[in-house]
Amino acid sequence: MSAPTFDSVQLGDELPPLQLPTVDRTMLALFGGASGDHNAVHIDIDFARRAGMPDVFAQGMLGMAWLGRLLTQWAPQSSLRRFDVRFQGITHLGHRMVCSGKVVEKLHHEGVPCVRIEIQATNQYGQIKTAGEALVALS
Amino acid sequence: MIDKAMIGYEMEPSVLPIERSRLRFFAKAVGETNPVYTDEAAARAAGYPDLPAPPTFLFAAELDSGAMDRLLDKLQIPLSKLLHGEQSFTYHRPACVGDTVTVRSRIEDIYDKKNGALEFVIKTARVTNQHDELVAEMRSVLVCRH
Repeated sequence: MSAPTFDSVQLGDELPPLQLPTVDRTMLALFGGASGDHNAVHIDIDFARRAGMPDVFAQGMLGMAWLGRLLTQWAPQSSLRRFDVRFQGITHLGHRMVCSGKVVEKLHHEGVPCVRIEIQATNQYGQIKTAGEALVALS
Repeated sequence: MIDKAMIGYEMEPSVLPIERSRLRFFAKAVGETNPVYTDEAAARAAGYPDLPAPPTFLFAAELDSGAMDRLLDKLQIPLSKLLHGEQSFTYHRPACVGDTVTVRSRIEDIYDKKNGALEFVIKTARVTNQHDELVAEMRSVLVCRH
């Protein structure tokens, strides 16, 4: 796939979606180690229960990292200017997340042609867990 | 309640060397399939001097250094009550294997909602490299639920 250009991209264009594997404990343990987030609420069910949760749950930054993959599989990371998300809900074990994005604005930012992309990570029940937007420079 | 006197507090700098094996581990953990993040030749072909740190990787600096844990202690937010509300990155230049970044954070604001049931801490950070060039800015909204 060739890189998108400012002229070729249209409002409403959707980025190729990114389907993730079902969230499991191994995924959370690996991300805890790799990201430096050692909060036991994501890796130790005993700790999670003491914190009032039924089980471990996904790190918010794992969802953001997946959205980062969605963006960088569409345009090179060097063109990424801003990347903002809100963590709207907890991603639980068994969730199958899909990351999606849509071009919502074409603009010039500091003199550079850019597109604003709305992004979200949604589970198999249609619940949006992570939502936000990105600003990507296109030539 | 979180002490609002902490508004304006500047955390100690966190230094993070961008290391090849850690980036490969991170790529595995997020299921990365783009070779730019695991194969030096692909990274060079894409215009980077070496493997680039992916978009959210810089968040690791204050976790690795322990600065985030010390901040939460100071704010008296137990891990069991902590939620990550929002996260933003503004990018200025890539950080690649061989670079060392330094993250300097400041507490911008502290406020509560729902009569104190939820407390919010706004933290901003500047990320610079070994040449003192600005790599990125970060903004985090941390939430303490009571």
